[in-house]
Amino acid sequence: MRWDHDGRTFAIYRSPEGAFFCTDGLCSHEQVHLAGGLVRDVLSECPKQNGQFDYRTGEAKRAPACNRLAIYPARVEGGQVMVEVT
Amino acid sequence: MALSEARLVPARDYSLTGRSAKAAIESGLSAAEWYHTDVSRKEMKELMQRLDGPAIRDTILWLMLHVVFAAGGIWFWGSWIAVPFWLAYGVLYGSACDSRWHECGHGTAFRTRWMNDFVYHIASFQVLRNPVNWRWSHARHHTDTIIVGRDAEIVWMHPVKMALKALAFTGMIDSWASLKVLARNAMGQLSDDEKDYIPQSEQPKAVLWARVHMGIHALTAVVTLWMLATGMGWKAAIPFLLIGGPRVYGCWHMVMTGLLQHGGLAEDVLDHRLNSRTVYMNAVTRWLYWNMNYHVEHHMFPMVPYHALPQLHAAIRHDLPEPNPSIWHAYREVWQAVLRQRHEKGYYLKRELPPGAQPYRLELHEAVPERTHA
Repeated sequence: MRWDHDGRTFAIYRSPEGAFFCTDGLCSHEQVHLAGGLVRDVLSECPKQNGQFDYRTGEAKRAPACNRLAIYPARVEGGQVMVEVT
Repeated sequence: MALSEARLVPARDYSLTGRSAKAAIESGLSAAEWYHTDVSRKEMKELMQRLDGPAIRDTILWLMLHVVFAAGGIWFWGSWIAVPFWLAYGVLYGSACDSRWHECGHGTAFRTRWMNDFVYHIASFQVLRNPVNWRWSHARHHTDTIIVGRDAEIVWMHPVKMALKALAFTGMIDSWASLKVLARNAMGQLSDDEKDYIPQSEQPKAVLWARVHMGIHALTAVVTLWMLATGMGWKAAIPFLLIGGPRVYGCWHMVMTGLLQHGGLAEDVLDHRLNSRTVYMNAVTRWLYWNMNYHVEHHMFPMVPYHALPQLHAAIRHDLPEPNPSIWHAYREVWQAVLRQRHEKGYYLKRELPPGAQPYRLELHEAVPERTHA
């Protein structure tokens, strides 16, 4: 899902195991928001051109995405997702 | 100069490194946010789901038909009965390759990645496209669809040369041009446009794959020459009819469907309803074309697999112009619009939206000076 904070935009994911992860929101290829794409296993797919990222590491996994996404630690506290934005 | 030529609109700069590129970037048309019809997240997730089944079924059928028609063409060689076999083989190879290249390039045909890549490489070879160059040019085509100076895949360049468009159905000019690009890439050379849309890290792969493709074509030529030299006469044409040749004699279906995608429509807009066309087509054509007749839908939501496009069409058609009811109808529309575009600067076919549809997004259209009517 999309999360906007302090003029920045992020994408938050919940893995099949229930862990939470957070990456930059925009695809590193053409700046399309990843929240509109598909999440399969540990891959986040850009809805425009199918650039793929491992949301746990931010690593680009499929062209046209070549550059990794920044990742941010995320956890659940008191029923809320907390993201450590740097 | 003939009078009719004197009245043609001035030629635009379609290169990716010239003044149109600069204008597109400065005006905000490049990498911009496009109009999308509202579709709930839940429905879109369902539509985007990947499946292996439909593409495995279609690919097995596609490959089997290659074998059947090629075998028939060879078996009946020397008889007129062979002709329809070769014509059918030609379309499967020289036309259906385009949709397989396209859908597997998007990575949406199959759920399994290696299957997409495998068919992508076969189809790229058949359609005479460098698999690296075209992966990147097509990504750009979706980022900046028909944005002049940014989109590397604009087919209708103004003023449109009608004779060249007619010749496209023969495949000769396009195939020769594609072969020259592959040969140039194989020699390690990339054009300025190619360098613009292919990241530097990917460029060596473009050279490698061009060499692989050219190697196979060279081998085909050697076999043909060997057959000629050993007195096999007209049978020496068989390797060429099997490999490479279908891109010429079988491409007409690809051209027929492809020209309708954007013909007569707008340049430099951020609303796919203005620059793309959906046409209702018969079942055989849709199978060969893998449903790319739903072209507005595909551009608006490129991650929806080909097999789900009819459902996507049903979900958003209330917000789109009425599709052309047939290929013939669409060609009549394109023909009239393109004839006008040749002489009327800035003209494009603006189709009526159904009642209740969101209005067209036009605010950046006039930002490009060359689009204005003045």
